[in-house]
Amino acid sequence: MKFSEKWLRELVNPAIDTQGLVDQVTMAGLEVDEVEKAAKDFSGVVVGEILTAEQHPNADKLQVCTVTSGSEEFQVVCGAPNARAGLKTAFATVGAVLPTPDGKEFKIKKAKLRQVESFGMLCAEDELGISDDHDGIMELPADAPVGTCIREYLNLDDNIIDVDLTPNRGDCLSIRGLAREVGVLNKAPVTFVADSEVAATVDDTFSVELKDAADCPRYVGRVIRNINPQAETPLWMKQKLERSGVRSIDPVVDVTNFILLEQGQPMHAFDLDKLQGGIVVRRAEQGEKLTLLDGQEVALNADTLAITDASGPIAMAGIMGGEPTSVTTTTNNIFLESAFFNPISIAGRARSYGLHTDSSHRFERGVDWQLQTKAINRATALLLDIVGGEAGPVVETVDSDELPSDRQVFLRQSKVNSMLAFEMPPAEIEEILTRLGLGVEKTSTEGEWHISVPSYRFDIAIEVDLIEELARVYGYNNLPVRTPTASMPIKANDETIVSIHNVRRALTALGYQEAITYSFIEAGLQKQFDDNYEAIALANPISAEMAVMRTSIWPGLVKAVQYNQNRQQSRVRMFESGQRFLPTDGDEIIQENVVAGVITGPRDPEGWNAAGKEVVDFFDIKGDLESLLSLGGAADEFSFVVDRHVALHPGQSARIERNGKAIGFIGALHPNLVKTLGLSGAVFLFEINQAALCQGKLPRYSEISKFPESRRDLAIIVDESVTFDSIRQVAEKQAGEFIQEVTLFDVYQGQGIETGRKSLAVGLTWQHPSRTLNDEEINNAIDAIVSALASEFSASLRE
Amino acid sequence: MENIQSLLAAGTEAVAKATTTQELDDVRVQYLGKKGELTALLKGLGKLSAEERPQAGAKINEAKQALQEKINERKASLESAALEAKLAEETIDVTLPGRGQELGGLHPVTKTMERIEAFFAGIGYSVEEGPEIEDDYHNFEALNIPSHHPARAMHDTFYFNANTLLRTHTSGVQVRTMETQQPPLRIICPGRVYRCDYDQTHSPMFHQVEGLIVDKDISFADLKGTLEQFLREFFEEDVRVRFRPSYFPFTEPSIEVDIDRGDGKWLEVLGCGMVHPKVFEASGIDPEEYTGFAFGMGVERLAMLRYGVNDLRLFFENDLRFLGQFN
Repeated sequence: MKFSEKWLRELVNPAIDTQGLVDQVTMAGLEVDEVEKAAKDFSGVVVGEILTAEQHPNADKLQVCTVTSGSEEFQVVCGAPNARAGLKTAFATVGAVLPTPDGKEFKIKKAKLRQVESFGMLCAEDELGISDDHDGIMELPADAPVGTCIREYLNLDDNIIDVDLTPNRGDCLSIRGLAREVGVLNKAPVTFVADSEVAATVDDTFSVELKDAADCPRYVGRVIRNINPQAETPLWMKQKLERSGVRSIDPVVDVTNFILLEQGQPMHAFDLDKLQGGIVVRRAEQGEKLTLLDGQEVALNADTLAITDASGPIAMAGIMGGEPTSVTTTTNNIFLESAFFNPISIAGRARSYGLHTDSSHRFERGVDWQLQTKAINRATALLLDIVGGEAGPVVETVDSDELPSDRQVFLRQSKVNSMLAFEMPPAEIEEILTRLGLGVEKTSTEGEWHISVPSYRFDIAIEVDLIEELARVYGYNNLPVRTPTASMPIKANDETIVSIHNVRRALTALGYQEAITYSFIEAGLQKQFDDNYEAIALANPISAEMAVMRTSIWPGLVKAVQYNQNRQQSRVRMFESGQRFLPTDGDEIIQENVVAGVITGPRDPEGWNAAGKEVVDFFDIKGDLESLLSLGGAADEFSFVVDRHVALHPGQSARIERNGKAIGFIGALHPNLVKTLGLSGAVFLFEINQAALCQGKLPRYSEISKFPESRRDLAIIVDESVTFDSIRQVAEKQAGEFIQEVTLFDVYQGQGIETGRKSLAVGLTWQHPSRTLNDEEINNAIDAIVSALASEFSASLRE
Repeated sequence: MENIQSLLAAGTEAVAKATTTQELDDVRVQYLGKKGELTALLKGLGKLSAEERPQAGAKINEAKQALQEKINERKASLESAALEAKLAEETIDVTLPGRGQELGGLHPVTKTMERIEAFFAGIGYSVEEGPEIEDDYHNFEALNIPSHHPARAMHDTFYFNANTLLRTHTSGVQVRTMETQQPPLRIICPGRVYRCDYDQTHSPMFHQVEGLIVDKDISFADLKGTLEQFLREFFEEDVRVRFRPSYFPFTEPSIEVDIDRGDGKWLEVLGCGMVHPKVFEASGIDPEEYTGFAFGMGVERLAMLRYGVNDLRLFFENDLRFLGQFN
């Protein structure tokens, strides 16, 4: 909420400067966002009156004016078309210092314009830094006192303070509320506008019926007849409105807005002659139409409270009035509304129509439910002053049972002490609460009170709310500081789990840079990477690029590759760990942590020794992943199974399994995707379930044999399509129980090997725990392996 | 006997002339080998009388020994020269860059999050995680933010349907933890959160670390002490810390914490407060028996302050030239 500091100081004027005030309210929970001067600094400008204005002899667009500053007359050359005899305006005398848009100063000197001398300058609003208005020189009211300093006359030595109020402090959304708070903080007296009834001079009333008293328990109305719709809003009121960011419209609307700002009571004025029948406050019927003040037509929802008459809805209660019944320049008779709407019945409604008004903002947070009659009297008094007319009696329609009840909250000294770790003296507790306007009543027990909460404090309902008030007024920073003490049981620490921290560090050691990509991606991209799942879509995405929840980290990582390739980064190694989101047949959503990596470009960083000349292939990323899989000491439980994936090259992709269960995929990005995404070079990816990756095994020592190993190498020729993994499995099975290791140390195709076949060089190592294996045993095993491979894969030995 | 001396002189000269160990060995064979010239003299001893023999034998042996010493010295010197030459030949430009993989690095957000976790792990907090797609109850209702509460307007929420949303804060993990564990609790919940807001200072996705302590006799003073210490340790500076009243529906009193790093400007760094009794009640914890405090901090904000990053959007562009600066 924006407000004028001067206005506040009319009600409460503590002996602190602006900065002191700003710091003080900020530290009381009313955070000040910005302080802005009402006008830039300038001096030497007074209210002047143009006595004569005549055409400049040498210039078409200039006039030569005689201007009085009250005590003296000056000749001033002026270019504004609205300069005319009788006009009162801002007159910068010789010696005046004006602001310039770039923050410098501009001094007014005696000047000659086209051979005519000019002593001073007549000013537009922008020239004084009051507004951006450059539509001619200022037009001051006819009663402006000539000679008065313009800063004083226009009250320009003021600051506009913008305070960002939290939703619990609806009570501070008015000058009255802010003044009350400042009074409390400074122990300073506050002068509120006196509540005085304005007596009726006519008998006119307008009927009001509350059909939904829970939503609107109180509706105060009043008829005012024969107003002058042409009247002007007084300068002082315009200024206060404008400094609160409210544009002046017409006197009636201005007064209702003024009451909203001054008292915190949103009001509305209807053109009485446009109302039909009587007012009925009720929930809207679904789809009922209403054209709002801002011109847009809305179809009301049944959850919305409406002010209606015989014609249907005429206002959205507590949010915005309707256009057809609004006050215009021809309105003579008005009906004023000052109602209390239950916060629950207003909250969220404005937002559901894409609206947010000063009125809904206040009703949602809670308007003082005892304020309606006072506000309507205050409004009447102001209206009668400005637009005249005769007021009818104040008519209050109320359902007392539905009004908020007077709240009492129980407060214990012991709770204050334990919550704040501080023994606040009882006298201080009572004093602070009393200052806040709360009723303090001791119970029969020492250190216990019944506290009654005023009608404007919707945020105080339970004991801790009072403790917060005590802490806030006492000062959070004046309260003691300590650190918690507690028993510290040793926490469980499962040694078989590899922490995600270690996974991340292993990847960085392998040269991967961690990325963080968005969890929501473009639907089309998502589809290109996953045809299995229909990704979960956001109902209100921020853009099409961030519309559906990823079912894989790959699209994000590949986009990151694209981003970097477009910036001359050809060598990319990146990983990300995070959630992916999989829909199920039911309502449940699987949110699974996965770890994914991508590599592309040169295998090694560019270097002097042939490094960086070769690009990565499938086995680079597979090797990296294998390192990762060995972190938990359970590498032998993982396997790579030939499988296809929509985003991967059909001949270079594998499903990753752990003990036969699928846990991820690895492969080369499909060349079609490489092309459509405009990537350069082959891109390789892996993605693996984090829980499966991180579940390791507790190491178990096995005796190291003292006897020598026996190694035999076999070069076998098989069809290209035979996988090494299937050969390894057969070899291990046939090699007997003392086989230690089966390794592959060469793969060869080309000269000497027929087309369609390949040669694999396999190393086999045996070792017995308690004796040396003899040649016969080894030879038998080799024979068994060779014959099994021959029969299963038509393998032959390479000569 | 002059013969001995002249042979020794000739041998010594030959040793001096030998430039390789092979040449030196040839000299050794020539003079000291089985058929060597000095060795041959010993064979001539038989011609001498018994009186002359010992003396002459000793002289020959002396000469042999003297020559062997010369050979040894020469050998050592030749070997040392050969080694020197070899080493000279093997000299490389040690300023050439090394070979192999460069280290990658962690994302600055992860670095920051891990640091925060480490501080709190050190004082007994354990890490809890929760779902990012959350239900209305855990993100709002259970945190004392019923539907239509004005505070909901502060959370620009991404929805899937009326009841399912992307969590707007990590506070839901608090609730989930309190539902399943009994006090005393000390937890920290790091993770991604989402708000429907995108400009220079807002990202639709960012990270928070939420903390919660619940125990008997936890007070406002404990909150102040814990967070003050944390901030000083995090920035490794004696930052000024101030506690400013604020409002969150799930804490009462609620606090925003500002720091001043010595330039007189207060920067808001985190929100916190004493757990609201309604939040305890929603999770089945008796607020008369237990109290606690909760805090939440924006990881990107802390990372920006810590590392001098001036644009939030950099964190999610994944530009290697940016990320590499934190390795």
